[in-house]
Amino acid sequence: MGSFQSLPDDHQYRTLSQKTGFSLEQIAILHNRFKQLSQNEETLWRDDLKTIQDLESNPIRYQIIEAFFDRRNFQKDGVGSVEEIGFEEFLTVMSYFRAPAHRITEEQREEMRRAKLRFLFNMHDTDNDGTITLEEYRHVVEELLSRSGALGRETTKGIADAAMLEVASISVGPMAPDEFYEGITFEHFLKILKGTEIETRMHIRFLNMDTTVLCKQRCV
Amino acid sequence: MELKMFILVLGLLVGSLMPLGGAASSPDTGTGHGGSHGNKDPGYAKNGNGTTYSKKPFPVLSFDYEHVRLPFEISLWVLLASLMKLGFHLIPRVSSIVPESCLLIVVGLLVGGLIKLVGEDPPVLESKIFFFYLLPPIILDAGYFMPIRQFTENLGTILMFAVVGTLWNSFFVGGLLYGVCQLEGHKLAYVDLLSCLLFGSIISAVDPVAVLAVFEEIHINELLHILVFGESLLNDAVTVVLYHLFEEYSSVGLITVTDVFLGIVCFLVVSLGGIVVGAIYGILAAFTSRFTSHTRVIEPLFVFVYSYMAYLSAEVFHLSGIMALIACGAVMRPYVEANISHKSHTTIKYFLKMWSSVSDTLIFIFLGVSTVAGPHQWNWTFVVATLIFCLVARVLGVVGLTFVINKFRIVKLTSKDQFIIAYGGLRGAIAFSLVYLLNPEHFPMRNMFLTAIITVIFFTVFVQGMTIRPLVDLLAVKKKQETKRSINEEIHTQFLDHLLTGIEDICGHYGHHHWKDKLNRFNKKYVKKCLIAGERSKEPQLIAFYHKMEMKQAIELVESGGGSKLPSALPSTVSMQNIQPKKPSQDRALPQLSKAREEEIRKILRTNLQRTRQRLRSYNRHTLIADPYEDGWNEMLIKRKKMKELEKKISQMNNYLTVPAPPPDSPTIARARLASDPQAWGLKSVTESIPTIKVDLASPQSPESVNVVDEFSKKGSQPKEEEGGLTMKVPSPAKQRKDKTPDEEPQQRLMRCLSDPGPAAEEEDEDEPFLP
Repeated sequence: MGSFQSLPDDHQYRTLSQKTGFSLEQIAILHNRFKQLSQNEETLWRDDLKTIQDLESNPIRYQIIEAFFDRRNFQKDGVGSVEEIGFEEFLTVMSYFRAPAHRITEEQREEMRRAKLRFLFNMHDTDNDGTITLEEYRHVVEELLSRSGALGRETTKGIADAAMLEVASISVGPMAPDEFYEGITFEHFLKILKGTEIETRMHIRFLNMDTTVLCKQRCV
Repeated sequence: MELKMFILVLGLLVGSLMPLGGAASSPDTGTGHGGSHGNKDPGYAKNGNGTTYSKKPFPVLSFDYEHVRLPFEISLWVLLASLMKLGFHLIPRVSSIVPESCLLIVVGLLVGGLIKLVGEDPPVLESKIFFFYLLPPIILDAGYFMPIRQFTENLGTILMFAVVGTLWNSFFVGGLLYGVCQLEGHKLAYVDLLSCLLFGSIISAVDPVAVLAVFEEIHINELLHILVFGESLLNDAVTVVLYHLFEEYSSVGLITVTDVFLGIVCFLVVSLGGIVVGAIYGILAAFTSRFTSHTRVIEPLFVFVYSYMAYLSAEVFHLSGIMALIACGAVMRPYVEANISHKSHTTIKYFLKMWSSVSDTLIFIFLGVSTVAGPHQWNWTFVVATLIFCLVARVLGVVGLTFVINKFRIVKLTSKDQFIIAYGGLRGAIAFSLVYLLNPEHFPMRNMFLTAIITVIFFTVFVQGMTIRPLVDLLAVKKKQETKRSINEEIHTQFLDHLLTGIEDICGHYGHHHWKDKLNRFNKKYVKKCLIAGERSKEPQLIAFYHKMEMKQAIELVESGGGSKLPSALPSTVSMQNIQPKKPSQDRALPQLSKAREEEIRKILRTNLQRTRQRLRSYNRHTLIADPYEDGWNEMLIKRKKMKELEKKISQMNNYLTVPAPPPDSPTIARARLASDPQAWGLKSVTESIPTIKVDLASPQSPESVNVVDEFSKKGSQPKEEEGGLTMKVPSPAKQRKDKTPDEEPQQRLMRCLSDPGPAAEEEDEDEPFLP
């Protein structure tokens, strides 16, 4: 039994709330869920996440699970991956899916956008060399199409190649035949996804709603 | 000069219209006029009682207008409408200031005035014609091309505006008007509450025709467009229910609570019933399109007829026909588009646009004419009060609703957005037709209603329609972004969808991503298998998108003359080389082709392409030859897959020791490598069979056989194995080549004898290789 199991520790919740931006009720709800997933233990393992039924049919479930255990997402400048995470890390990863508040400044919005895109970038860049190489990109497309049966690796390759070409031409422009495009760096990634308003699309409604009503039903 | 000719023709046309009366008026009143023009059979001359028969000379030329009267007049009106539309775009400055709808109403006024001057009765926009012939094409056009994603994302907001907003508007306007009528006393005291409420319900509905006509020209951002437009479509159900409710009971003069309750139930039945009817017909249409691969010509017909049947079936039960039409179009579209040919798709698109454009024009012209014709009863108080209340109600409604809605939205609606939504609530011909349907005996104030409605319509269309464009610019409202969908965005959108679904599952929260994902999986597993023919049913969305893009580029490439100017959709400045890491030799073997050989291959392929083009040029309805650019796409995919497997096996058997440098990159080559794996590029050449070029003239062009044309963007001189028709294979590598040379020549010569006359020498463009 860790300290989290005692009465809702306001102090801890408050520090978490300041760090991640969630409200206290939302943190309480997520904590319940964390306890549920980890079977009342203090830390969460990969297998705990793998037991979730609904995740089975998701083509990119492994990447999603990995993202939770990826140190780069913990905002502590770490690299590599861990085997188990505590509630704080869980909450930190979840905070990437908050929606922007109604009145925020342009810089805050930009910062949020960068953070979210960084999360996405980390999901693709599995070897953590700062670029998404062609192989990694192909892997992404393969995973996306993995559920759809066999239409052949060639089409997948074709799609990944075409996408890569597009990124290269948008970011770098005309290249001589012997130049080599290493891979998509984070800046290029930002560029291609510039128009998609990621800060409003990448959010879970649940995490943004005023959950006082829900909390009363669940936390009692 | 052009303009003067045009005006002259127009004048003649209008002049001929006048003595003929209107197309919309009933034939009975028409025959009275037409009798003077029609000539009875000149052989008979009825003298009194007897039928004496005096022989007249054989009529060489006779004038009998009566028996073509109706179609003639309809065509004349349609012609007038289209010429008007044409005319407006010839006048350069006017069309950018005044929206087309205004101009058309003015034209209608002029024509109506002219007709009245001549002493005839101008035709009125009869409700039956409006609802059965003029409205459906516009709605189908809107529904079929509705952007589903934005629509469903904003569905809550749209429904709030459509249902709650319309209710609020009706009761506010109706109630206040009743108050005004009572206050006014002498002239308006006979207007009772229910009539006022009826009037309120008719006039408060935002009109899709007017909204489309104005919004299409201002290119506003997608969110606002879908909000106002979606509202105008979905409020039909509310209008139908309120209209019938008040019309039923206004003669009785009393409404009880039971009636209100029944009204609410009726609303649910009308809207959901309409949607269900539409969905059923949509599924039927999708299912039918699965089997049309042999009769491509009538594919568009199915789309149109099923949709129209959905509309009429809904009208049989007094359900909401508009919602049925929208549901039908939206449901059938993804499946039908997967099944039909590219040409049919284009046909459907252009027919819908054409019909809706003509309908739109006719509606506005008739509005103008009806204004001149219709029995009017002007009452200052009533009309002015109506106008003011409508505007006020709209503004209050939008502001109030947005306040509530913003609590639930992520992307909040700013006050600029609210202003545009309020300002864009235009009224139009639907309101007019509904009033026209009212029975004058039950509603003695019908004429007054008519006048008031026409005033409101004119005000909204003219004033609001004209000023919205400068206001949009003034307020710097976000405009529509004309971005092309890129493959990267598609990949990341899909990735994001799955990611969000996964996070929702981890949270244990069944949010709308979860349900959307479930729906998609259900769709993929069961529905697509039933409704989509062949291999396409298993094609995931990403691949379908990618193929669509490739096809577009291929067509653009051919249209642009075969390689000289490339569309910039996919980059031609970066080639595969730039992103492929340099790998060691064994995978990148290329056949050693001498320059002369390359040239020869190139020439052969090009001549065959041109021959193919010539053959495709003539066709009739019954032997509509499959277009190389779209049919058999899936068969081609399978074949390509098989080919690749075959090549892989072969590659394992052969070893090439040389690594020739790839030919210098031209844009064409870059494109040629786009979709293919460079590894596969070099290995095509080795097959057991000798290089052959067979021309099978007897069989119709099978889709695979003209892959040559299609394949140019994909692979180099790579062969395909086909059953018949035009086939070609690249000659095998160097060591086998020399033996085959003598074989090739006679076949080439054979080819020239049997086929269409070979391409003229000037057709061969040496500087535009479409194949590297």
